[in-house]
Amino acid sequence: MPKVIRIKKGLDIKLKGKPERIIIQAEPSEFYAVKPPDFPGLSPLPKLSVIIGSEVKTGSPLFYDKNKPDILFTSPVSGKVVAVNRGERRRILEVVIESDNKNEAVTFQKGDPKTMNREEIVNNLLKSGVWPFIRQRPFHIIADPNDDPRAIFISGFDSAPLAPDLDFLLNGEEASFQTGIDVLSQLTAGKIHIGVNAVFPTAKVFSKTDGVELHKFRGPHPTGNVGVQINHIDPVKKGEKVWTVNAQDVIVIGKLFEKGVFNPTRLVALTGSEVKNPRYYRTKLGASVKPLLKDNVKEGNNRYISGNVLTGSKISKEGYIGFYDSQVTVIPEGDSYEFLGWALPGLKKFSGSRTFFSFLLPNKKYTLHTNLQGGRRAFVLTGQYEKVLPMDIYPLQLLKAILVEDIDLMENLGIYEVAEEDFALCEYVCTSKTEVQSILRNGFELMLKELG
Amino acid sequence: MNQEADNQNIMKSLRKFVDKIKPHFSKGGKLAKLHSTFEAFESFLFVPNRVTTKGAHIRDALDMKRAMSVVVAAAVPALLFGMWNTGYQYNLSIGMEATIWENFVIGFLKVLPIIVVSYVVGLGIEFAVAQIRGHEVNEGFLVSGFLIPLVVPVDVPLWMVAVATAFSVIIGKEVFGGTGMNILNPALTARAFLFFAYPAWMSGDTVWIHGLKSGEGIIDGFSGATPLANAAAGLFENLPSTWEMVLGTIPGSVGETSVIAILIGAVILVATGIGSWKIMFSMTAGGLVMGLLFNAFAVNSFMEIPAWHHLIMGGFAFGAVFMATDPVTAAQTEHGKWIYGFLAGFLAVLIRVINPAYPEGVMLAILLMNVFAPLIDHYVVEANIRKRVRRAKN
Repeated sequence: MPKVIRIKKGLDIKLKGKPERIIIQAEPSEFYAVKPPDFPGLSPLPKLSVIIGSEVKTGSPLFYDKNKPDILFTSPVSGKVVAVNRGERRRILEVVIESDNKNEAVTFQKGDPKTMNREEIVNNLLKSGVWPFIRQRPFHIIADPNDDPRAIFISGFDSAPLAPDLDFLLNGEEASFQTGIDVLSQLTAGKIHIGVNAVFPTAKVFSKTDGVELHKFRGPHPTGNVGVQINHIDPVKKGEKVWTVNAQDVIVIGKLFEKGVFNPTRLVALTGSEVKNPRYYRTKLGASVKPLLKDNVKEGNNRYISGNVLTGSKISKEGYIGFYDSQVTVIPEGDSYEFLGWALPGLKKFSGSRTFFSFLLPNKKYTLHTNLQGGRRAFVLTGQYEKVLPMDIYPLQLLKAILVEDIDLMENLGIYEVAEEDFALCEYVCTSKTEVQSILRNGFELMLKELG
Repeated sequence: MNQEADNQNIMKSLRKFVDKIKPHFSKGGKLAKLHSTFEAFESFLFVPNRVTTKGAHIRDALDMKRAMSVVVAAAVPALLFGMWNTGYQYNLSIGMEATIWENFVIGFLKVLPIIVVSYVVGLGIEFAVAQIRGHEVNEGFLVSGFLIPLVVPVDVPLWMVAVATAFSVIIGKEVFGGTGMNILNPALTARAFLFFAYPAWMSGDTVWIHGLKSGEGIIDGFSGATPLANAAAGLFENLPSTWEMVLGTIPGSVGETSVIAILIGAVILVATGIGSWKIMFSMTAGGLVMGLLFNAFAVNSFMEIPAWHHLIMGGFAFGAVFMATDPVTAAQTEHGKWIYGFLAGFLAVLIRVINPAYPEGVMLAILLMNVFAPLIDHYVVEANIRKRVRRAKN
């Protein structure tokens, strides 16, 4: 076995509400949605292929970006388009489909990817709406089908707070995973790397798969982030591209070629301190979380998140599971005042620093809320970001380069190697409450605009 | 239980009161101009109810107020000892026996006005500037305002403290854009201003002990000279014992004399992770190395004193723990911190021994390194950039 890559920097935020390893078949949702904001880099005003009232099947195109018309975004369910929800400046937030419970699906090409050529494979992925599962570094956006990536990276574990256990999610899907890998290996001349957790024995789905190179990692979050793994295996260089795919999504890719349909079924972990019974649910991508939350959430003003507490997106309690998410988190909102909160000993507060006495209780699990916990300030403390970013990157200097819009400096400081999720902990620990992830995305957008 | 309920009620009615007067300070209210001031007091009493809107949904409990109060807490032992020592030195100078408490009270009454002046002047300016800029008041001065009284001689006239504080806040900090943007450490800027603007007051042997300047009732032969002044003058027979220098029962600036009290602060800063142990450690190392070099090539008796004596004399310990570690003015990269700290210590001892006009080199060394910190960071970051460029070429 390969040697273990030990990562020391990072932070495990210990929250209450870890999912029990029980799979519940979720009641089918009435409504589903595909959300353009799930795809950074996509035009905020994608071209719609449907109008309200259109009948769609699973795999029918819903919209596309007019600059990249080949990449289709398709419906995860059969039914009728009932709403196109827009935000400020008419940007499209959600395309909502009411399910007809018939599960009719558009059929795509079926077959052994090893016998198909690259063009056929790419076409099949594009048409079915499966292509967007493949993303690229730099900039963590949907991959360009015309590129030839240096390698493809897959993280075999999720280290984020309360994250689902990928070994558990993928259990029993070994065959589809292998097919998915076969598909991906037709897309790159390079290797396919999988980073696995060295703490546990490597799951069958990874150890028994052919055509991949395994790398063992051990360490706190964000060790499970694919960006961190790339940085330790073979960092992204200027001018080259690597692709990344979530391990769960490799199965969707595999099933497309096994069955000839877009299979949006997925296991989702319902987590967080405000969930009565945190467990795994079998549901579909884009499904409304309403049936999952029914009678299963504690009273009170809650924050519903598709994804984890660090990088997830805020949804309503009837909102939809994001395209890339396998986790829904419910935590309390923190919209109350706290008397002299900054001065209390703080046994119930969690901090990456040791300024609260809670650091004496390393195994305690916390109920954390959404309060910003202080006012926004200029950068003052230093060395905080570096402690939670296990990459060969100077985070503060990179952020400052983005703030002053210095393209060359951003490039020199490694903007090609990072994604928002890698910096999410920097945002969490920031004493000055800086919006690190959005600064980073602004940097990406600026670079994309400059590079054309 | 009852008391807890009472506390809850007091808190609730206080919140009610704040909510009641809040509209006056909001946009359109009649006191809207004082919004920043109101916000500062409100957020002091209550952590605001603001929730995360984008990015990470949860945030670390540590905020600037907590971070700054940790530094202030770390400096408290030095202050308390300094107050006692002020009284102790005074009674020593007039040949009186006094209890610990009597000494402390004398010092307390002497030092408290300096703290009040420093805070009132500094925070007054900070509030005014925040008001003009429409910003929230930054907590940075809570630390600077606490450190200024610790680095001045006890008999400094209060108006000088006021002028120096105003200078350091306006010229040292606000013109650069406020806390987080300044190049020089504000507390040291105030100290340097005093030294260069009022050299007659700020040097010599009589300013360090309360009452010595006016000279009334001083016992014969009492000298208020600091160990450094004695060493610089070659009066080695007048040097206090090592134990006295470590304990701090010697003349000097209010908070700088006791190495023990400062070390308690260092433990707090390092344990909480707020102060950089790298800077403290490397500055100590830098001082020792320079001291040893002097020992090796000694041509006068000041160069001959044991290298580690430099660490317990003058403001070295205080500078290393509280001044050099200021995150805004120190090097910001982790590698840079090693270099920055080492050079600060190295230069401090160099200036101290070589420059006869001003034996306290720590202040100047740290200010000089503040200026060079961005350059050090530049080269550290440049190394990372070069590595990346090399990788891209292969």
